[in-house]
Amino acid sequence: MLLRHTPAEITERKALAINPAKTCQPIGAMYAALGIHGCLPHSHGSQGCCAYHRSTLTRHYKEPVSASTSSFTEGASVFGGSANMLQAISNIFSVYNPEIIAVHTTCLSETIGDDLPQIKKKAQMEGKIPAGKHVISASTPSYAGSHVTGFSSMVTAMAGMAESTGKKNGKVNIIPGWVEPADMEEIKRLAGLMGVKSIVFPDTSGVLNGPLSGEYKMFPEGGTTVAELKATGDAVGTLALGDWCSGDAARYLDKEHKVPCKILDMPYGLAATDRFIDALRTMAGITVPDEVALERGQLVDLISDMHQYLYQKKVAIFGDPDQLIAMTEFLVSLDMQPIHIVTGTPGKKFEKRIKELTAGLGRPVNVKAKGDMFLLHQWIKQEPVDLLIGNTYGKYIARDEDLPFVRWGFPILDRQGHQYFPTVGYKGGLRLLEKILGELMDRKDRDDPESKFELVL
Amino acid sequence: MGTAIDSKAAAWNAEEVKAELLKKYPPKVARKRAKQILINEALENETPEISANVRTIPGIITMRGCTYAGCKGVIMGPTRDIVNLVHGPIGCSFYAWLTRRNQTDAGPDGENYMNYCFSTDMQEQDIIFGGEKKLAAAIQEAYDLFHPRSIAVFATCPVGLIGDDIHTVAAKMKEKLGDCNVYAFSCEGYKGVSQSAGHHIANNQVFRHIVGENDEVKPGKFKINLLGEYNIGGDGFEIDRLFEKCGITCISTFSGNSTYDQFASAHTADLNAVMCHRSINYVADMLETKFGIPWIKVNFIGAAATAKSLRKIAEYFGDKKLIARVEEVIAEEMPAVEAVAAEVRPRTEGKTAMMFVGGSRAHHYKELFNEMGMKTIAAGYEFGHRDDYEGRRVIPDIRVDADSRNIEEIEVEADPTRYQPRKSPKELEALEKAGYQFKYYDGLIPDMDNGTLVIDDLNQYEAEKLVELIKPDIFCAGIKEKFSVQKLGVPMKQLHSYDSGGPYAGFQGAVNFYREIDRLVSSKVWGYLKAPWQRDPQLSASYNY
Ligand code: SF4
Ligand code: SF4
Repeated sequence: MLLRHTPAEITERKALAINPAKTCQPIGAMYAALGIHGCLPHSHGSQGCCAYHRSTLTRHYKEPVSASTSSFTEGASVFGGSANMLQAISNIFSVYNPEIIAVHTTCLSETIGDDLPQIKKKAQMEGKIPAGKHVISASTPSYAGSHVTGFSSMVTAMAGMAESTGKKNGKVNIIPGWVEPADMEEIKRLAGLMGVKSIVFPDTSGVLNGPLSGEYKMFPEGGTTVAELKATGDAVGTLALGDWCSGDAARYLDKEHKVPCKILDMPYGLAATDRFIDALRTMAGITVPDEVALERGQLVDLISDMHQYLYQKKVAIFGDPDQLIAMTEFLVSLDMQPIHIVTGTPGKKFEKRIKELTAGLGRPVNVKAKGDMFLLHQWIKQEPVDLLIGNTYGKYIARDEDLPFVRWGFPILDRQGHQYFPTVGYKGGLRLLEKILGELMDRKDRDDPESKFELVL
Repeated sequence: MGTAIDSKAAAWNAEEVKAELLKKYPPKVARKRAKQILINEALENETPEISANVRTIPGIITMRGCTYAGCKGVIMGPTRDIVNLVHGPIGCSFYAWLTRRNQTDAGPDGENYMNYCFSTDMQEQDIIFGGEKKLAAAIQEAYDLFHPRSIAVFATCPVGLIGDDIHTVAAKMKEKLGDCNVYAFSCEGYKGVSQSAGHHIANNQVFRHIVGENDEVKPGKFKINLLGEYNIGGDGFEIDRLFEKCGITCISTFSGNSTYDQFASAHTADLNAVMCHRSINYVADMLETKFGIPWIKVNFIGAAATAKSLRKIAEYFGDKKLIARVEEVIAEEMPAVEAVAAEVRPRTEGKTAMMFVGGSRAHHYKELFNEMGMKTIAAGYEFGHRDDYEGRRVIPDIRVDADSRNIEEIEVEADPTRYQPRKSPKELEALEKAGYQFKYYDGLIPDMDNGTLVIDDLNQYEAEKLVELIKPDIFCAGIKEKFSVQKLGVPMKQLHSYDSGGPYAGFQGAVNFYREIDRLVSSKVWGYLKAPWQRDPQLSASYNY
C-alpha cells in the first residue's frame, strides 16, 4: 500500500494540505507565456521556483522549456529585486534576443512588494528594452489562487497587448485555456474547417510538441505572434473557453476594446463542443460545414455503441475547474456517475456548477474546490468507484484501491500522447471515450472468470 | 596550443571553445564566466583555480535550483518515516513530491510517508498576519492523523521574509506532543546561491536534533555509516546488498531509504564512508569531532571504484576474514560485469561524454565511462564548491562571501561521555603509512585529462554551444537540459534522477549503466533526424516508363 496511512474516516483539517490537487501560480504563467511566438518567460524571484516550474513543464511536455530567472539571493530579498530584474532584462536581450519577455512574479517578489510595471518603466527609460521588443508582466503570488489563476493572469497580460485601430479585422479571438498543444491545434483545425479566421492565444502548438530534427530552436515556429496579439483588439469577438483560464482576458478585451465576448466551457465532450461550434458559427456568421457534423455524428455513434459499458459507472475525478466542469458534463451525458470531484483551485462557483451538472443523477455527489487528493482518496474509501480520472499523481490511489485510471489533466509524467492527440472537440471526445472504454474493458478482461472471458466485447 | 584533445571528434580546441562560449555575453558577464570556465592543465601538485559557489547571473538561464530543493528535496526527501511538512504556499511542496525517484522499502507494515505531500498551503492572510498559528495547527493535524515519530518543518521563501519563527513553533509542538520529535529547517530558497546551502542546513539540523538520540548498540561486527547516498533509482539497495554480502553492517544511510532511527543511531558506527562529498562532508567532520568516528571518501559508482571502496572499508577494520570475504565477493561479482563491459565496448570505446550534474556525480560517473573506454571531455558541477573541483586542500583558502556566510556552521565538540576514538593514534599512523587516506578528497580536476573543459554552473546557452561545437556522443545533466540537447541530435542521460533507469551503483549498477549507455549511443533514432528528401535534396528525377 503506497498510501497506507490514509484512513477512510474523514476528519476536518483546517491547516494541513495533503496531496494537493493544484500547484502554484507561476507555472501557469510560464506555460501561457510559452504560447507566444518568440517569448522567453521570466520568473522574478529566487531561482528555485523557476527550476521547479521548468522541470515540471518539461516532464509533462517532454520538450525543452526555456525560462530565465532573477536569481534572488538574500540581498535582493531584503533590498528589493529591481536591480536583479534590470540586469536580467539586459542580459536576456543580449544573449537570447527574444521578441518579448513575459515576466511573472513569485511568492518572494510579491511579498517584498516589487512593482513590475514600475521596473519595466525604468528599464525602458534606461534603454534596456531594444526598439520593437516587448516586456509584459503578470502578478502571480502563490498564496492566492493556483496554477490555473496564474495561467489566467498571463493570458490577461497578453490581452493587454491588444490595440484597436477602429477597423475590424474580421477575425474571432479564441482563448483556449490551459489545454494541451494538441488541443490548441485541434481548435485551430476546427475553426479552419469552418472557414473562420481566428487568433488563438496562447497557442503552444508547435512550441511544446515540436519535431526532432537535429536542430534546437529556443524559439520554435509556433506560438501566437505579437502582431496577432495586437490585432486581438480589432477582432469581431472573443470566445473564451473556460471561465477560470480565459474569462478575465476576454472580459478585458470587451471592456477596453469593445470586442464582445462569449464565455463558454472548454470544448471537452459532446455538449460543450456543440456549444463551441455553435458560438463560433454565430460569431463569425457562417454555416457549419458537413465535415463538422460528420465528426459529431461519429462521436454520437461511439457513445451509442458502447453505452452498455458506461451506464451508471461511478467515477472520481480531480484536476482543474474548467476541465472538470466539461468532463463532468460529458460523463453525465454518457450516463456515468461522477460522484467524487475535487479541484485544488479555489472558487465557490465551481461547486455550484458541478452540483447543477450532477443534479440529474438523483444522488449525493461529493464536490470540493480548495480540496486535495487526500480527501478524494478518503471519499473513494467511503464509497468506491469504477474509474478514476486525473493527473499522474492519481496512480497511487489507483494502485492502492485497484481502480481503472485514465490520465488526463496536468501534470502527466508517466504516459505519452497528450502532447500529440487532442481531447477537445469531437475527435478529442472520441479519444477520451476510447481511453475510458479501454480502461474499463481491460479491467473486465482481467477480472472476468475464464468461463466468461469473451473474444467479442 | 596543445590543448586540443585527441578524440575522434577532435576537431575542436579548448581555447576556441571557451572564447566561443563567452562571445555573446555582455562584458561583465563574460568576465565572471571566464573564471568559471577552466581549461584543464593537469599541473603537477597544483590544481588550477576555478571560481565556484558564486551567485547565478540574473537573466542567464541556469541549471540550478534552490536551497529548499537541496534541503527538502535531496536530503530529507528520502527519509521514509518522517513527516516532511513544508511551511509555505503550495507550489514548493508540490514540485518536490516524488520527483526525485528516491526509492524505499518500508516492508508490509513499515511507516512510509514518502508518497505523501504535506503543506500548510499558506494563503494571503497567513502572509499578512503571519503563519505560525497555521503551522502549529498543521503539525497537530499531522500528528493526530498519523502519529509519526518525527515531523520536520521546511520554510520556503515568503516564510523567511515575514519572519515566522518556525523553530520556536517546532520546539513548542515537540514539547506538547511528547512522543514526536519536531524540528525545523530555515531553508528559504533565496539563501545561498544554489541547492548546496540546503544540504548544509538539512544536515546541520539532522545532526543537532536526531543524531545521538538512540544509544542502543546494534548488532554487527563491522559497523559503518554510508553518507551522501540518496537511493535514486535504487542505488542504495544495491550498495546494501553488497555490504550484507560482505558482512558489513550499515547502521545508517544519509539519507537514501533511511529512517529516523538510523540517524538517531549513527554515532554507534565505527566508520563513515562518504559518497557525495559536496552534500555531506561536514556531517562526516562533525561525527568525527563529536564521537570520534573517522571518515573516508568512497565511490560506489563504477565496478572498479566499488571494488576499491569495499577494499578500503575492509582495510580500515583490518580484519583478515573481512578482507578475504570482500575479495571473494569482488571475485564473484566481477565476471558478470566484465562480460557486459566486453560486450558493449566495441560500441562505446573512444566515444566522448560531457557531464554537468550536482556536486559529486559528475566526478563519480567518470569512472563508469572510463570502464567503457569513453572519455569525459567536459564536466562540471551545478553547485559544487572549489574543494569539489580542486580537492580538500584548498578549503582553508576558500573565501567565504556574503551568500555563504548566512549558512550556519555548527560548532561541535567532543561529546563528554560518548566520544571514543575508533582507532589509536598508532593504528591510524600505521594505516596512513600504508597509504590510507582519511578525510581526503582529491576533487574532479586532477582526474580530468589535460585540455578538457571544467565548467562550473554551466547554463543552458553554454550547454547548447558546447554540444553544437563539440558534438559529444553523450551528454549528462538534468531534466531541464534533456530535450534541448536531444533536439541537437545528441543523446542525453539524466544523472540526477536517472530518467527511468537505475540502479547504477555497485556491480549490478555498473552492468545497468553499461547497457543504458550502449543503448543511448547505439540507438538508431539518431539516424532518423533527416528525411530522405532532406539528405538528398535533388529537385527532380526522371523516370522511364
Ligand atoms: S515560492 Fe511560491 S512561486 Fe515559488 S515554487 Fe514555492 S509556491 Fe511556487
Ligand atoms: S551528487 Fe549532487 S545532487 Fe547528488 S546529492 Fe550530491 S550534491 Fe546532491
